Amino acid sequence: MSVTQTETVRVTSEPDIVTARQKARQVAKQIGFSMVNQIKIATGVSELARNIIKYGGSDGQVEISVREENGKKGILIVCSDQGPGIEDIDQAMQDGYTTAGGLGAGLPGTKRLMDEFKVESTVGEGTTVTCCKWL
Amino acid sequence: MERIPIIKIEGMLVISVQTDLHDKLALQLQEDILNHIQDTGARGILIDLSAIDIVDSFMGRVLSDTAHMARILGATTVIVGIQPEVAITLVELGLDLQGVHVALNADRGMDLLRQLQREGF
Ligand SMILES: Nc1ncnc2c1ncn2[C@@H]1O[C@H](COP(=O)(O)OP(=O)(O)OP(=O)(O)O)[C@@H](O)[C@H]1O
Ligand SMILES: [Mg+2]
Repeated sequence: MSVTQTETVRVTSEPDIVTARQKARQVAKQIGFSMVNQIKIATGVSELARNIIKYGGSDGQVEISVREENGKKGILIVCSDQGPGIEDIDQAMQDGYTTAGGLGAGLPGTKRLMDEFKVESTVGEGTTVTCCKWL
Repeated sequence: MERIPIIKIEGMLVISVQTDLHDKLALQLQEDILNHIQDTGARGILIDLSAIDIVDSFMGRVLSDTAHMARILGATTVIVGIQPEVAITLVELGLDLQGVHVALNADRGMDLLRQLQREGF
């Protein structure tokens, strides 16, 4: 397995959400993703970056890399923050669950848009969401 | 501050969004549209998204909220030009733009607005 780091976007204020999703789109395009998949990837990154701003203590980052494994190629996205963390990840992953009057679509929706999706979080330490989409 | 232009054509407000909107700009546009409805008495709003390729849950919510708020001020909103890839992504994300009128392109959107107004919506 190989992972080539291509882009890291620091997410500390709201316009960084746009930078992160556009970078993700750019990398997805370079890898050769179709238009619809470029848009799915960029939209997922937008959701995760917004969660960093809304819940993650407004200080985190989005790392976008190219992943190659067993002759397959994909995009790997790691969104991490040092915010308050998520107490109940299963609950946060439910459609419609929100603690801030959102739609609660961000996490479960992004999971649907990607091929692999994992949330790791420690209360008081932060949250890392890792996801991948294969070409 | 950056602003998305709003123009009035045949008693309707027409907005063509040409840049990837960050959250504040999207909310500013919402406020501007509502103020324009009040100032001009416009009864129809046409929002063209044909140049937009990322509509996430925030943007989706701002759009449907705007349509509902405009409705309360007596104006009907039609969103036009949503790209097929964006539609696929929105549905997979779990957004349905419920209660928002949509049309394939600006021409059809204008027709729909006129028709809805004739029908008294
Ligand atoms: N990075 C994070 N740090 C801490 N809590 C988080 C983080 N991301 C998500 N959460 C929690 O998980 C819940 C669900 O997140 P999700 O993105 O699915 O919905 P939402 O942000 O509330 O609404 P939407 O994304 O539809 O606007 C949030 O309400 C929040 O409580
Ligand atoms: Mg969210």
